[in-house]
Amino acid sequence: MTDLSVQIGTLRLANPLIAASGCFGYGVEYAEAIDLSTLGGVAVKGLFLKEREGHPPERIVETPSGMLNAIGLQGIGVHRFIREKLPELRGLRATVIVNICGSTLDEYVELARILSDAEGVAALELNISCPNIKEGGITFGCSLNGTFDVVSAVKKVTQLPVIPKLTPNVTDVASFARASEEAGADAVSLVNTFLAMAIDTDTRRPKLSNIVGGLSGPAIRPIAVRMVYECRRAVKIPVIGMGGIASARDALEFIIAGATAVQVGTANFVDPFIWSKLLDGLADYMRRHKIARMSDLVGSIDTSSREKQWISS
Amino acid sequence: MLVDVEARVIRNTRLSSDYNVIALAAPEIAANTAPGQFVMVKSGRGRDPLLRRPFSVFEVLRSDGRIEGLSLLSKRVGITTGMLFDSVEGDVVSCLGPLGRPFEPIDPPGEAWLVAGGVGLAPFATLGDALIDRGTKTTLFYGARGGSELFYLDWFEKRGIRLVLATEDGSIGDRGRITVPLERELQAASLSGLGSGIMIYACGPEPMLEAVAHVAARFKRPSQVSVERVMGCGMGGCYSCVIPVRVAHTAHHYVRSCIAGPVFRGEDVVWD
Repeated sequence: MTDLSVQIGTLRLANPLIAASGCFGYGVEYAEAIDLSTLGGVAVKGLFLKEREGHPPERIVETPSGMLNAIGLQGIGVHRFIREKLPELRGLRATVIVNICGSTLDEYVELARILSDAEGVAALELNISCPNIKEGGITFGCSLNGTFDVVSAVKKVTQLPVIPKLTPNVTDVASFARASEEAGADAVSLVNTFLAMAIDTDTRRPKLSNIVGGLSGPAIRPIAVRMVYECRRAVKIPVIGMGGIASARDALEFIIAGATAVQVGTANFVDPFIWSKLLDGLADYMRRHKIARMSDLVGSIDTSSREKQWISS
Repeated sequence: MLVDVEARVIRNTRLSSDYNVIALAAPEIAANTAPGQFVMVKSGRGRDPLLRRPFSVFEVLRSDGRIEGLSLLSKRVGITTGMLFDSVEGDVVSCLGPLGRPFEPIDPPGEAWLVAGGVGLAPFATLGDALIDRGTKTTLFYGARGGSELFYLDWFEKRGIRLVLATEDGSIGDRGRITVPLERELQAASLSGLGSGIMIYACGPEPMLEAVAHVAARFKRPSQVSVERVMGCGMGGCYSCVIPVRVAHTAHHYVRSCIAGPVFRGEDVVWD
């Protein structure tokens, strides 16, 4: 019997597959298509205290093996989320990870307080990495002190596992994982999207209304795997990996590089039924490789010198 | 229920150098599709293009009394529509649906005026059928660049749907935009006191939808418009396909056209 469950701080996930924030609405949109309780977790769309309208269209543009988005964190705000979405998610027995965004440190703290009192929240993911909004968020995620401060402030007011979501748009992402760990984070998740842009050469206009946006999809996967590998070596807390996962093999690549769990985003747009295929693929791999527990596979990358093996054999 | 079908291409009929009608063996979707709903199509197995594209269901195909699939009316403009144009019998097209909020067909004694621009004809075959089944008197206002881009005229006529045509080059019908005859007939109907039961349905380029919604409002007629925005997922997950609508006299508010639409009341949309 293969054990797919994984541990993120005090949180036990049935399996390592989490729907990525910003790519899965509030989860309830997908309840007709899939059984949300079969997912390891559901990271809901980033929430501020208040409702937000987001950017005008165009909000996405497709690029080779990927897409740019600049949604601008349109959202219903934390209060409506708790009133209108959380009861349904509870009823569906989803493991809900709430992604929170703030313009100020106080807003993160307030959100964490409010959500800690709400029934049915399993963990908090701190969005300090959205590339598409000017105020807050990424200003914390691009400064080691800012990251440390927001994580430690949130930790002080909640018992829930706290997972800062890191941006790849920094020189050394591992140092941000370390700052998060020092501040008491229970895990880190990475990567958010890569800041990017696309231009219509006929009109010479940017293809997104926000001019720049975040690149996701298979195009970014090798960079994301490398960053997860670097963070895994830098910290002891679990790393949640994401970036272009579209198959079980892709997910395994992250897990072997050091991810305890993985998030899937863009691929869910293409195939909302991807989850059971990914789960079957993971279970099948473990059977074939005679691995009893998913946790045994985490960070199991073999970097021993091939040359040495040749000489010794 | 939502399903993802690896649909075999039953046949691909090229209507012109750009337009084609592709018949797909997706009876599971076709059987549950209401007029105005759409499918998300992925053509090819690779990752370029990566995302699916939305297409209105054009026809529900029947053979020997059984539903054999659905067809899509497509105009070649990008990679996916190019692949659909080039596909041959036996190819496989991944088809997710049915999705979206459909049109609400009006019953007699109401009258339905359908306004189509170009490839915006797509949702009106199923809507036309639904209206005729109800016994609703139906007119299709259909505009295109030229007469060679007006398709399926016999199909609609055979069902007793009255045709009013306009072309930008004047080769068939009125010269100019389809709103020219629409406005004229609305004027005539309102003068003769016959206009009060008319429901206007529109699908086409957004400037046409805006014009139709305004004309309808001017003659105090309700309208239902099917919009097309750049869509990522079709299921409400990505928030890319938003359109501003007016909610209860408040300032405009973005809603997802995939789940709140694609059909909206013309007076609700804030045209930008």
